[in-house]
Amino acid sequence: MIPPPFEYYAPHSVDEAVALLRRFDGEAKVLAGGHSLIPLMKLRLAQPTALVDINRIPNLAYIREEGNHLRIGATTRTNDLLESALIRKSYPILTDAAQEIADPLVRNLGTVGGNVCHGDPGNDLPACMLALGAEVVAVGEKGSRTLPVSDFYKDTFVTSLEPTELLVEVRIPKARPHQGSAYHKIEKRAGDFAMAGAAANLVLDASGKVESAGIALTNVGPTAILASAAGGSLVGQAPDEAHLAHAASLARDAAQPNGDLRGPVEYKRAMAAVLARRVLDRAVARAQGGA
Amino acid sequence: MAASARPIAPAASLTSGGAPAVTVRVTINGSPVTAEVEPRTLLVHFLREVVGLTGTHIGCDTSNCGACTVHLDGKPVKSCTVLAVQANGREVRTVEGLEVGGKLSPVQQAFFEEHGLQCGFCTPGMMMTATALLAKNSNPTDAEVRDAIRGNLCRCTGYVNIVKAIQLAGKKMQSAAPAGGSP
Amino acid sequence: MSAEAPTPAHVKGGIGQSILRKEDARFLRGKGNYVDDIKLPGMLYLDITRSPYAHAKITAIRTEKALKVPGVLAVITGKDLEAAGLAWMPTLMSDKQMVLPVDTVMYQAQEVVGVVADSRYAAADGAAAVEVDYEPLPVVVDPFKALAPGAPVIRTDRKEQSNHIWHWETGDKAGTDESFRASEVTVSQDLYIPRIHVSSMETCGCIAQMDPVNGRFTIYMTTQAPHAIRTVFALVTGLPEQNIRVISPDIGGGFGGKVPVYPGYVIASVASIKTGRPVKWIEDRSENLQADSFARDYHIHAEVAATKDGKVTALKVKTVADHGYTDAAANPSKFPAGLFHIITGSYPFAKAFVEVDAAYTNKPPGGIAYRCSFRVTEAVYTIERMMDILAHKLKVDPAELRLKNFIPPEAFPFKSTLGWTYDSGNYAGALKKAMEIIDYAGLRREQAEKRRKGELMGIGISSFTEIVGAGPSQQFDILGIKMFDSAEVRIHPTGKIIARFGTKSQGQGHETTYAQILAEELGIPADDIRVEEGDSDTAPYGLGTYASRSTPTAGAAASMAARKIREKARKIAAHLLEVSVDDVEWKDYAFRVKGVPSKSKTMQEVAFAAYTNHPQGMEAGLEAIDYYDPPNMTFPFGSYICVVDIDKDTGQVKVRRFVAVDDCGTIINPMIVDGQIHGGLTMGLAPSLLEEIQYDADGNIHGGSFMDYLVPTAIETPRWETAKTVTPSPHHPIGAKGVGESATVGAPPAIVNAVVDALQPYGVEHIDIPIHPWKVWQILHAGPPKTG
Repeated sequence: MIPPPFEYYAPHSVDEAVALLRRFDGEAKVLAGGHSLIPLMKLRLAQPTALVDINRIPNLAYIREEGNHLRIGATTRTNDLLESALIRKSYPILTDAAQEIADPLVRNLGTVGGNVCHGDPGNDLPACMLALGAEVVAVGEKGSRTLPVSDFYKDTFVTSLEPTELLVEVRIPKARPHQGSAYHKIEKRAGDFAMAGAAANLVLDASGKVESAGIALTNVGPTAILASAAGGSLVGQAPDEAHLAHAASLARDAAQPNGDLRGPVEYKRAMAAVLARRVLDRAVARAQGGA
Repeated sequence: MAASARPIAPAASLTSGGAPAVTVRVTINGSPVTAEVEPRTLLVHFLREVVGLTGTHIGCDTSNCGACTVHLDGKPVKSCTVLAVQANGREVRTVEGLEVGGKLSPVQQAFFEEHGLQCGFCTPGMMMTATALLAKNSNPTDAEVRDAIRGNLCRCTGYVNIVKAIQLAGKKMQSAAPAGGSP
Repeated sequence: MSAEAPTPAHVKGGIGQSILRKEDARFLRGKGNYVDDIKLPGMLYLDITRSPYAHAKITAIRTEKALKVPGVLAVITGKDLEAAGLAWMPTLMSDKQMVLPVDTVMYQAQEVVGVVADSRYAAADGAAAVEVDYEPLPVVVDPFKALAPGAPVIRTDRKEQSNHIWHWETGDKAGTDESFRASEVTVSQDLYIPRIHVSSMETCGCIAQMDPVNGRFTIYMTTQAPHAIRTVFALVTGLPEQNIRVISPDIGGGFGGKVPVYPGYVIASVASIKTGRPVKWIEDRSENLQADSFARDYHIHAEVAATKDGKVTALKVKTVADHGYTDAAANPSKFPAGLFHIITGSYPFAKAFVEVDAAYTNKPPGGIAYRCSFRVTEAVYTIERMMDILAHKLKVDPAELRLKNFIPPEAFPFKSTLGWTYDSGNYAGALKKAMEIIDYAGLRREQAEKRRKGELMGIGISSFTEIVGAGPSQQFDILGIKMFDSAEVRIHPTGKIIARFGTKSQGQGHETTYAQILAEELGIPADDIRVEEGDSDTAPYGLGTYASRSTPTAGAAASMAARKIREKARKIAAHLLEVSVDDVEWKDYAFRVKGVPSKSKTMQEVAFAAYTNHPQGMEAGLEAIDYYDPPNMTFPFGSYICVVDIDKDTGQVKVRRFVAVDDCGTIINPMIVDGQIHGGLTMGLAPSLLEEIQYDADGNIHGGSFMDYLVPTAIETPRWETAKTVTPSPHHPIGAKGVGESATVGAPPAIVNAVVDALQPYGVEHIDIPIHPWKVWQILHAGPPKTG
C-alpha cells in the first residue's frame, strides 16, 4: 500500500524531462497519469529511484488535426478523448475505447501517452493505434524520432521506447471520407482487463470496396496484436458477409492468448474472432455513413 | 478549516526519514494548506493524516474501489493513486467541502432521503463522483449514473438507492436557484 | 403535555414507518468514526511481514535491517509470543490458530513478523525489510487429497495427526437409505460452492492501548461482537476483564468478516504492552483478501428421492468442508457445520440424512458465516438447485413442483425431520406473488418463442427458508457463552431515552430501527431516542450482530425492556391519575383510565414524575434491562425469480430482471429492509457470476486483490425489484424475524437455476459457480442443441 521512497522532479519542459531521464539512466520513471505506475509502486513491484512528473510541462496535452495527421499530445487525458467532438465524429474508435477503459475516475488522470506506451497487453489504446496505423513521437538525448506503432510493441511491458526517452505525441493518419473505425472489448466486470478486445479501421474506396483495413487485438497475446493477414484479406474486397467472416477467422489465427483468470485459450481465440467481426461490422456501417 | 493559509508540521505519522521532503501547497475545500511531506506521500494520506480530514476513506490497495475519490481541480480522481505533490498549486475538494455553512449539498441531502448509504464507508467517494457527474449532466439516466459510478464500489446497498439518490440530487439542483446552486 | 389534549394514535417513528436514518448525518458529512479515523497521542503503527509460501518451515528470521529503518521501534516474532504463551490462540470452534508462527507457516500470506514504527510509512518499510528464510514443505490444497490416506499432515501439533478435523452428521441414515431404495425417482448432483470473501469496504483493524499506569487495556476494533471479544481476550491474556474495554466504533461493513479474532489484533495488543504506547494496525485490502474471513468452500454431493408424481420424500447430503489450516469458523459450538441442516428447506421431507467432513488444507483459516447465518447459503443453494434438477428430470415446471411440495401454512409451527421447528411460513403465498409480479406465464411463453428461434433465455426460481436469530440457550453458545442479547433502556426526566444494546451495527441502521421499536412500545418519538452500541464498558452484554440475529434477539430485548418499563410506568400513571393501577391501561400510546380514555398520561409525563413525583415506597427512575433468550430461531423466507439472457457468441450472462419477494415477518422500517435486500441480492449475484478465490497446486492464491477478486459494480448489478408478504413470527414480541441475510442466501440458486434453464436445449444439468462466460461458451460449443 505504501510506495518505497523516491526522488521527485517536476520539470517544466520536455528537454528538462529528458535530461532527468538521462541522468538516472533507466532508474527513473515517467509519472504522467500514474494509474499504471503508482499501483505498481504501492505493491512495491516497481521501485524507481526517481519519478519525473511530466504533468507540469505545458503544451503536451492537445487534440488537433494538422496537416495529414490527427495529433494527440502525450498528456491528453483519456476522458479528453471522450469529450472531443472531433474524435467522436472522425475517429470514433477512440471514443469507443475511451468509453471502455477502466472507469471514469481513472480516465480523468490516465493519459493517452501512458496507455499507448505502458506496454500492458491489457491496455486498450495500443490495438486502436495499430488498427489506425498510428505513429508515436519520442524525444531522447539524440532528439526526436517518430516510430510506427506497428513496430512499437515488442513484449509485455517492453516497447521500442528507450528508458531515457519521453513519448510526446501520438500521430494518427487524418480521417478520410468513407473511413469507419470501431473498438470493443468484453470483460468479466466493468473496469477489469479485457477477456479479449478488437479494433478495426476501414477505408472504403469510391466503389465501396475496402481500400485499406487495420484489425488489431487486445489482451490475447504478450502485446497488442496487429492482425495483418486479417486486415490484408479485406483489401480490394467488398465488405460483405463472406469476407468479413473470413477476416474474423484470420483474426482468431493471429491471437496468441494464455489461459488465465480471464479465460482459457480456446475461449479467448474464439472471442478474438467474435469481437473482430463485431467491430468490423460497426466500422463498415460507419464507413458507409451510418453510426 | 481556517480561512488563512496555515502551514502544517510534517506528518509524523507518514515520514520515515527517507528522501528529502517536498513542499505541497494546495487549496483544500477553499482553504490554502502548506506542508512538507515525503514525495511518496499519497494524496489520500495527506488529506487524512496531515490535514486531518478523515472523511475520505481507503478501501483497497490496487486503485479499484473509489472510496478515496476527491475532486482535483473539479475532476473526481482516486486520491490513493495521486501523490500529494501532484496536487501542488491545485484545488482539492473533499466530502467535508460539500456542505455549505452546515447545510447539506443537494447530493448529500438526496443520499439521506433515498437511503443511499448503509455503513457509510463508500459514501464520501460515491458522493464526490456524483457531484462531479451532476455538474456536467444534471439529468442523468439510470445507465449514465451507473456508468459514472462504476469506479466506486459499494458492498452494502446494491446500488439501487445510490442511483435513485443521484437522480434525485439532479432534480433538486434543477429546481434550485438557476444561477447559483453548485452541487 | 396536558392531560386534556387528545393523544394521536400514532407515534412518530414507530414500527412500519420508513423514517430516514438517524445515523446518517455523520456519514454524509465525512465525520464517521471508523477505526482508522481515530488517532491517539503517541500512537504507533503495526505492519506485518507475511509468508509467500503456503507451507514451509521457517529456518531463519533476520530483523536487523528492519530495526535500522528510521522510525521502526520494535519487531515481534513467534518466538517472542511463545515466551508469553501467546504464539497460539483458541479459535471460536475450540481449535487453535497461530498468532505468529514459531517454526512453520501453513498458508500463503500468513503473518510471520510484526513490525512496529512511529509512522505508517516506516512500518511498511520495516515490514518490507524483514528477511525470512523458508524451506518449502509439501502443499495440500485439495480437501479430498487432504483426507486421503498418506496425505502430508498439516497440523503436526494435533495428537490426531490427521487432516480430518471432524465428522458431523444428523438425521436418520437407515430410514433415508430405505426411502431411497423404495423411491420411484431419484436425482443426484455434485455441487461446489467456492471460497469467497466478505470484502466489506472497510478492511479490518484495531488500535490497541495498554495503559501501563492504570492497567487498563482498551482496544478499538473492527468487531461485530465487542463483549465476546472482551471475554475471549480476558481468557487468553489473563488480563482482568473489568480492565479490558473493547470499543467498536463505526464499522464499514461486517457481513461476518469482523467476527473472528485475527492475529493482527493480538500482535497489536502485544506491541502496545511491549512499547507502552497505543498501536494501530490496519490491514491492506490484499491482506484482507488473502489472510482473513473466507467463506463457503463446500464440496457437496446431494441426492433427492421423490414419488413419480413429484412429491419429495427423502434427502441425502454428503459434504467435504475445506476449512483452511485451522477450524476458525464462527459457528455456535454445537454446530460445526453451522445450521446446514436447514437443508430440507421449504419442503416437508419425511427422511433426511446430512453428513459433513471437515478437512485441513494449506489455506487461510475459516470459514466465517458470510451473510448467511451459519452455512444457510450452502444449504439453500443445495436444496433449491436440487428442486430444479428434480423438476427437469420429471419434466415438470419448477414453480409447479415447488407449489406441489411446499410446507403448507397450516402446518406451522413445523418440525422438520432434521429437528428444526419452523415458526411460521407461507411459501406458496410468496412464490405466487413473485410469479404474478414478474408475469411468470408470460415469461415461459416468451421463452418458448425464443427457443424456436434459437435464442437463450432462462427463468430461475429460489424459494428459500432461512434460519436466523441465534439462538435459544439450550442449543446455542459460542465458546460456552450463551447467545442471548440485550437492551438497556433508560428514560430521562424530560421524556427522552437512551438505550444501549449488546449488538453492533455495521450499516444495518440499528440507531434507527431500535429507536422505532422503542418508539412503538413507549409512545416516545424516535427522534427523542438515542441508541448506542459497541462500547463493552457501557453496553449490556451481548453476542453481537451477525447471522441476522439483532432483530430476533436484541430487538426482542428492546420490546421486553420497554414492557418492563411500561409496567412500572403504569403504576406511576395510576398515581398521577389518582386511580388504582388496575384501572389504568396502556392504549394508543398513552396510559388511560379504562373506559375514560381522555383521562390519560403520556409516557413523558410519567417519566418526569419518575424523578419528581413517584409513589411513596417506589424507587425513582424509569429504566429496565432485558437479556433475551429467544425461545426459538426465526425463519424468514421468500421466493425470488430471476430472468437471464445469454449472448450465444460470448457466453455472457445478463440478468434481465430479478423479482424478490421476501417475508421477514413484521417490518420495522420498510426502507431499511429494502436496502438490506438490495445489498444482499448483490452479494448473491457476486459469487454466482463473478467472485471466487482459487489456489493453484502450490497454494498460491488467485483472487487476492481487488484487481482479481471482482466485486460487482453498478454496471453488473441489475435494478432489483422487491416486494413483501408478511407472516409474523409467533414467538417474537413484535413478530419480526430479521432480514439482513435472506437475499444473499436466496439469490444464488435463482440465478444459477435461470442459467441452467436457459441452457436446457443443450442438456445441461448443472454449472458450478461462478458462471464465467467461457463456462457457458464451452457448453454452447460442445455441440448443437439437443432439443429445440
